[in-house]
Amino acid sequence: MESSTHTERPARSTVATLAALLVIAATGLATGACERRPGAAEDAGGEILIGMYGSLTGDGASFGQSSKEGTELAVEHINAAGGLLGGRMYRLLVEDDQSRPEEASNAVTKLITQDKVIAVLGEVASRRSLAAAPIAQRYQVPMITPSSTNERVTEVGDYIFRVCFIDPFQGEVLAKFAFNDLKARKVAILKDIQQDYSVGLTDSISKHFAALGGQVLPPVSYTSGDADFKAILTQVRSQKPDAVFVTGYYPEAAIITRQARELGLNVPLLGGDGWVGDALKNGREALNNTYISNHYSGDNPDPIVQDFVRTYREKFGRDPDSIAALAYDAVKVLTDAITRANGTEGPKIRDALARTDLPGITGRLKMNAKRNVDKPAVIQEVTYANGEVKFIYRTTINPG
Amino acid sequence: MDTLLQQVINGLSLGAIYALIALGYTMVYGVLRLINFAHGDVYMLGAFAGYFIANALNLDRNPSILGTILVTIGAMGVCAIIGVLIERLAYRPVRHHSRLTSLITAIGVSLLLEYGGQVVFGATPRFFPQMIRSETYSLGGVQITNQNLLIIVVAVVVMFGLEFIVHRTKIGKAMRATSYNLAVAKLMGINTDFIIAFTFALGSALAAAGGVMVALAIPRIDPLMGLMTGLKAFVAAVLGGIGNIPGAMVGGVLIGLMETWISATSYSTYRDAVAFAVLILILLLRPAGIMGTAATEKV
Repeated sequence: MESSTHTERPARSTVATLAALLVIAATGLATGACERRPGAAEDAGGEILIGMYGSLTGDGASFGQSSKEGTELAVEHINAAGGLLGGRMYRLLVEDDQSRPEEASNAVTKLITQDKVIAVLGEVASRRSLAAAPIAQRYQVPMITPSSTNERVTEVGDYIFRVCFIDPFQGEVLAKFAFNDLKARKVAILKDIQQDYSVGLTDSISKHFAALGGQVLPPVSYTSGDADFKAILTQVRSQKPDAVFVTGYYPEAAIITRQARELGLNVPLLGGDGWVGDALKNGREALNNTYISNHYSGDNPDPIVQDFVRTYREKFGRDPDSIAALAYDAVKVLTDAITRANGTEGPKIRDALARTDLPGITGRLKMNAKRNVDKPAVIQEVTYANGEVKFIYRTTINPG
Repeated sequence: MDTLLQQVINGLSLGAIYALIALGYTMVYGVLRLINFAHGDVYMLGAFAGYFIANALNLDRNPSILGTILVTIGAMGVCAIIGVLIERLAYRPVRHHSRLTSLITAIGVSLLLEYGGQVVFGATPRFFPQMIRSETYSLGGVQITNQNLLIIVVAVVVMFGLEFIVHRTKIGKAMRATSYNLAVAKLMGINTDFIIAFTFALGSALAAAGGVMVALAIPRIDPLMGLMTGLKAFVAAVLGGIGNIPGAMVGGVLIGLMETWISATSYSTYRDAVAFAVLILILLLRPAGIMGTAATEKV
């Protein structure tokens, strides 16, 4: 339909205008609808206000949902058992960061400056924890991240703590499992360059796998939100690896596994704890022959684990994942610290947190000098049958 | 060798997706000289309409070809209505203003659908049900899925179908007349309002079909999915020569091949940048695109 038109403007200027408008349309991506509810300015009385920020919506919605549920359950248990500091109750304030780092720092700023919370819990994704941590540090409000594994998160400052293992260890665990148990000698790695978590984990896997004597092909990059991985997977396939690590988060991992199998790339795929999310199930049958490292296994017969699994299932009607378990542990650690500090001032809680040592659902929670905990990791095999993803316990690998 | 062939297949599959959307862009432009920036978002709405219909029919558990056809037709119907509404409410009131006004309106509609979509559907990505069991055909180390094959076939059929409608039917003649000169077409007794509404209905239905097809192959859908894909399809339409139907196909396939080629190198994350660099180059060197004819534009 290249028929002419009787307008007064030549085509060239219109096309130039279009190019400019295209840029405007593209930047529309960066500005989001942001929702604000009025700050809770009223006097909270004897209640102890704690804040949680997380990705309740967006790409990481499963992370945010699980964290929120784990946190709520812990708060409920503590309040039901008589509260803390002589009968004071927790009140939990939750902020959604829409899976965006800039919203994570906004959420924490609001929780601290408007809501006046005494401690902050969150995030799961390291990139968002890294965005928010400097704010908690500046206001001297302790922050506990339940499940950000990138080692730089707690390096932000002495008010930032975590209750999970870190990626240098997780990478070692995955590398050892691939080399010793799967007998892989040549591996490829797919990394999400937008996520600090994925980049850190990739470095760690490369380092440890090479140290074991294996060959690591140059990592291939993608970005969060990508949906077509066939070009990079075809390239990976041509290098004939024995196993492929996918170090990003579950939404992409689901599609990558599927497209890998569609291309006939049937070697084992491995991922970190970032694979734990409900949308992983969309990998379907392709998920068979994949393995992940994880924080805890719900099959553990220890009563502390089984009590948690049972009460969680009663309240939310589903089995808790490791993200929920870590969120629960984070509240326990905070409660223990407030109790020992016998007060709610930031510096006092901080000092008590640094001396944490208590049993948790995800293992012993003993804070080290870097405000991390040294915990074992489990390797789970992922299976898919009848529309359900199951994580089957394979082995536990201890640090050191 | 099989890697190279596989990459060509990957590029074709991706290119067919862009082509399918670019066809709608180009048709609306051909008739109205309006870049309908909301086209990519209608594609998104098509995928969501398909998602809700497919789940209502419980197709994830019971995949069927008939169900897939029903879902596609349903989504096309929903989007045809949405397309007509968009034209009636947003574009028609500004039709006789300058072209820039229509363009800005189109961007407004696009943003409304994207962020309205986030309010209604939520920002969390959803996964499209697998209405057709995925099958992989293998030929000498080269793999293609039935879903990707379907997209390529649908894109080619749609291209020929559109060519036929525009050049061989009475309504097509009316569309061309409207495109040539709206006022004179009206004087000749053509109901131009109807023709324009029809153009939008057709374009939007095609976008919806594209949305459902793509969601079958790449099952992740979210309210912003139309943004980047829509922009790439726009680049494809400009590359092929905007307003030119076979050009949209050629442009789509070229962009798909190019992206795949970039992804296969170690510069994989520069993929999007390259697509837009191509847009700038075309605008500088050959604004009419590969198959467009610049001369007739400047009557």
